[in-house]
Amino acid sequence: MARNRKVAAAASVAAMALLVGACAGNGGTGTTDPTTPASTDTASETGAPVEPVTLTWWHNGTGEPLKSFWEGVADEFEAANEGVTVEVQAFQNEDLQRTLIPNALNAGGDAAPDLFMVWAEGEIKAQVEAGFLKDLSGLTEVVESVGGSGTGWNVDGKQYGIPYRYGIEGLWYNKDLFAQAGVTDLPTTFSEFDEVITKLDNAGVTPIGVGGGDGWPAAHWWYQFAIKSCSADALSTAASTLDFSDPCFVTAGENLMNWIDQFEGDLPFQANPSGTPAQSVPASSAGLLANSQTSMELMGTWHRGEVAKLVPGAPADNPPAPEWLGWFPVPDIEGAAGAPGAALGSGDAWGVYVDAPDAALDLLTYISSVDVQTRFAATGEIPTVAGAEAGITDPVLKQIADGTVNASLVVTWLDTQYGPVVGKAMNDAIVNLLFGSGTAAQVPEAMNQAAATL
Amino acid sequence: MLEVGFFSAPALLIYCAFVLLPVVLAAFYSFWNWNGLGPLERFIGFENYTRLLSDPVFHTAVKNNFFIVIASLVVQGPIAILIALLLNRRLRFRGLFRALVFVPYVLAEVMAGLAWRIILPSPNPPAVLGPFDTWLEAIGLGDLRQAWLADQTIVMWTIFGILTWKYIGFAIILMLAGLSGMPEELTEAAAIDGAGWWKTQWYVTLPLLGPTIRIWAFLSIIGSLQLFDMVWIVTGGGPLHASSTMATYMVEFGRNTQQIGFGSAVAVVLFIISLVIALVYQRFALRRDLQGSITSGVK
Repeated sequence: MARNRKVAAAASVAAMALLVGACAGNGGTGTTDPTTPASTDTASETGAPVEPVTLTWWHNGTGEPLKSFWEGVADEFEAANEGVTVEVQAFQNEDLQRTLIPNALNAGGDAAPDLFMVWAEGEIKAQVEAGFLKDLSGLTEVVESVGGSGTGWNVDGKQYGIPYRYGIEGLWYNKDLFAQAGVTDLPTTFSEFDEVITKLDNAGVTPIGVGGGDGWPAAHWWYQFAIKSCSADALSTAASTLDFSDPCFVTAGENLMNWIDQFEGDLPFQANPSGTPAQSVPASSAGLLANSQTSMELMGTWHRGEVAKLVPGAPADNPPAPEWLGWFPVPDIEGAAGAPGAALGSGDAWGVYVDAPDAALDLLTYISSVDVQTRFAATGEIPTVAGAEAGITDPVLKQIADGTVNASLVVTWLDTQYGPVVGKAMNDAIVNLLFGSGTAAQVPEAMNQAAATL
Repeated sequence: MLEVGFFSAPALLIYCAFVLLPVVLAAFYSFWNWNGLGPLERFIGFENYTRLLSDPVFHTAVKNNFFIVIASLVVQGPIAILIALLLNRRLRFRGLFRALVFVPYVLAEVMAGLAWRIILPSPNPPAVLGPFDTWLEAIGLGDLRQAWLADQTIVMWTIFGILTWKYIGFAIILMLAGLSGMPEELTEAAAIDGAGWWKTQWYVTLPLLGPTIRIWAFLSIIGSLQLFDMVWIVTGGGPLHASSTMATYMVEFGRNTQQIGFGSAVAVVLFIISLVIALVYQRFALRRDLQGSITSGVK
């Protein structure tokens, strides 16, 4: 269906990346691999005949400006590397990850793309275990340049994916509606957050939109309470053992429901939260925010683009983000057991097929260069390579990039972290807890049951 | 014999490659715990089936499929026959009416589904209503306003309404084709014998329309059992799985969670249910209609 690439992101995992001071990166071999200089053609330098190579590169940037951007990058690489042809193709996100890539990898050989998007943690692990991905640990400089954001694509100490976009989620809000309701200071704790919600409601504005129909957007509220109710240790143990019997997972649901139950009716959410999709249509949660029908929404970095598309009268190509759109990090819960300042986030990365030619590594190195990443940032994205953040022009994105670096702990989206089976069971149970007849205890119960089927 | 082989070989080949082989493969995969990546390593017997048959969401899905099967037969059938009888009379603008009822059927499923997904929900009721609710208000039926796609208790009725709008045109065209093949002498004879319009339809037209109705019912049942696209586009099976069907369940829990073995088990169950119903229906309801086409001659 038309859910888009951001759904994907929702799939992400539990990498606890200590981003502060992460610049040191995750080790690697310590020496620079001589086969990996970007955009130089070693064959022509030595005068040997150039063997033509064709690389296939699959990504999910079906819309502009990304589609043309990646095509341009491919052209630049071809121009700098004689004999290399890059066939770059964009596919719809779910089709790419759930059908095209698995089938192509199973078929192997020429059918498999050389360079393609990989999701983090539980998702990439399945591909690594099946032996489809090349170990990229040898690209020491590249691995180091992305720092702690690469943790989610590190399996058993080896690097299998190089992230190119990475950021934490937060609350996107409508500055005009906040002003109209008399909210002057952004909340930093949940009790201040409650006051803001009450003020908005009193002013006749729906406080928070949530796309409960798609499951994951509602589940992210539970994730937020989980990372604030569970210690970093409890979270990483659960992620590695897929055992969710730690009582903090029940507490998370109880805290979430205590928070929601203090409000009346569907509040703090809009009417019919469980039937509202997240994106694409005017009556989606993104559409409600874009149409000033709600004043806040918890979402990842992609939301800027999703909202921009649905603002009434927005142009079809490259719609600008509305000026009233602001962002703030999810407030802390006072007295909660989890690490203060912990945030949820993740990103997208490139993986290389196990039998791909070396030129694919050169291409990856080029894509991950500061130059390309800086230009990537300028298209309205948050880059991963140190130094490329200079390309971020949008003040809101700058704020998110800072928030990502300043978070005490970045936890990958829980559903990505635990993999699709447990992730799906978890999201369904959370939606049932929020909008159906489920209980807080049933969420970890469903997760344990799903883990048993793996 | 050579000609038989020559003409049927391509069709047989395609049938084997794209129908039989996938069925056999699905049945095979359904006994494995497999995520679609790498070799099959974990044989788990009937575990996928026991898990499937004990899942309350799958129960809802099966119930929803049968709800659509029965509601289509009971509601769409009579409406289609009535409209066909009406359109079969000499009317002004008859061609226009015929075209109009057929228009939704011609629309692509995804387009129609997206349109409904935009028309039905109200963004912020009661302050901001969606197009459909606004229209209800405008004609004074504001009290009937509902959370059409968000209310678990009515979402299947909404889906049924959309399916009726979409497919009734096809049923009407079928019925009209059946009616046009009917010799006028029979209705004239009935009229001469003093039968009124209603009596003529009941005693003469309807019995003659029997084969058409039975074929339409067959297509409708199979379509309802395999219902996927409209539900997937309009609700995605939600809210809280209230509008799941067997096919959306298969995609949601098989493909999207990368449990290819489990998804194959769902496919096999869906296949068996459809096959049994199709065979039973052909054996009992369609037997007379198919006689000429299947047996070699009239006995």
